[in-house]
Amino acid sequence: MTDTPSFSVGSDRVKRGLAEMLKGGVIMDVVNADQARIAEDAGAVAVMALERVPADIRSQGGVARTSDPDLIEGIQKAVSIPVMAKARIGHFVEAQMLQALDVDYIDESEVLSPADYVNHIDKWNFTIPFVCGATNLGEALRRINEGAAMIRSKGEAGTGDVSEATKHIRKILGEVRALTALAPDELYVAAKELQAPYALVAEIASTGKLPVVLFTAGGVATPADAAMMMQLGADGVFVGSGVFKSGDPAKRAAAIVKATTFYDDPQVILDASRGLGEAMVGINVSDIPAPHRLADRGW
Amino acid sequence: MAGSPVGVLALQGDYREHAAVLESFGADVVTVRRPEELARVSGLVIPGGESSVMDKLSRMFGLADPLKQAIAAGLPVYGTCAGLIMLADRIIDGIGGQQSLGGLDIAVRRNAFGRQRDSFEVEVEVPEFGEPAVHAVFIRAPVVEEVGERASVLAALDDGRVIAVEQGNLLGTSFHPEMTEDYRFHRRFYDRVLATRFA
Repeated sequence: MTDTPSFSVGSDRVKRGLAEMLKGGVIMDVVNADQARIAEDAGAVAVMALERVPADIRSQGGVARTSDPDLIEGIQKAVSIPVMAKARIGHFVEAQMLQALDVDYIDESEVLSPADYVNHIDKWNFTIPFVCGATNLGEALRRINEGAAMIRSKGEAGTGDVSEATKHIRKILGEVRALTALAPDELYVAAKELQAPYALVAEIASTGKLPVVLFTAGGVATPADAAMMMQLGADGVFVGSGVFKSGDPAKRAAAIVKATTFYDDPQVILDASRGLGEAMVGINVSDIPAPHRLADRGW
Repeated sequence: MAGSPVGVLALQGDYREHAAVLESFGADVVTVRRPEELARVSGLVIPGGESSVMDKLSRMFGLADPLKQAIAAGLPVYGTCAGLIMLADRIIDGIGGQQSLGGLDIAVRRNAFGRQRDSFEVEVEVPEFGEPAVHAVFIRAPVVEEVGERASVLAALDDGRVIAVEQGNLLGTSFHPEMTEDYRFHRRFYDRVLATRFA
């Protein structure tokens, strides 16, 4: 098999393809093997292994880095769904470690402290695919140009306040729709204004969609939040602190999974929302002073 | 059943890509998440995705039993990747408590090639189709580890591992033709739908 000339690993199609298979699903943040099992049992399509959920990173402060390899390995052993892990923005060596550890996806994430305030990771150099955050279309296209195989709208992680997630998914998809209305000779300036490569801009103007899967993240805490993101056009949902900072994580996780699949069925969302116990307390994004907003990391 | 639509199971996964392939054949396509939607269709594609999630949701929302009955009654079904796992009578390395719909007399090993780093693309000879070979995309893909008497092999890798099988109206592949431009497996499924519809 490996001697067949056409055999290839780490191709664009294979990298973007795994994200295609996660569509319509929920990816959950977990900090240990027990949480990973709960997530898998609840119907997560993948888990994101990290040391502290964003709500704790926010409250405890300090530098947030990639997770302890033993912790990630423990999670890989505990579940058979894909395991993702986060590297700091620009920290290509953390990413190399995660690739050596054989994680399924690397999240170059603003939730961790950036390691480079100028450059993101050159993601074409890796066999493992990357997901990156974005607050608008230009940022998404710059990440895709660097090799990202999946985009998630950033929202504001660790808040339980969905308003920034709403803002970012609306912004990205609104800018996609706007491109499709432009004349071909207007796309050059559109690329300049988006600060994005012309080829990607022209592609989106003709297809009407991003060339990679677009999930949403950052503040989703309830089944209704998840369904709203899906109705707004997200391909799937990341839930961070929203599950394991709530009163009954297993039940809430399963409810968010149901609401994501039946996002357009209010009766299912209503039924899923009953008896979940306390949601995460959360923090209003408007109460967070600008320098402490994670979505501003990355550019 | 003439004129009835073709379904794509839409609990999770790349169901829109399958729908687009079937629409390119001129099929009327509906997404299936509920028993009443299943009751309308004359064929069903089970897409790629996470098989353990499809299993849970199909049981939770009362779709698993109607699906099993439809398969037993001869509904043409094509499963890719997770869909192949759902159609297998036996699953190896499923998550705790994972069930399949069954129908194909095979045992399938989940994530048989390893993690994402080992996902790959390769040309595969499919004798039924002749030339050219099929360009097959494997993503954390399963493999058919045991083929029972009732199932027949349509394709295998050079090392002998079975990646496409057929049994009556059921068709399954480890890989994802919907991610390429080669729709011969979908065509084979759709021809079966048309033949069954007008039988």
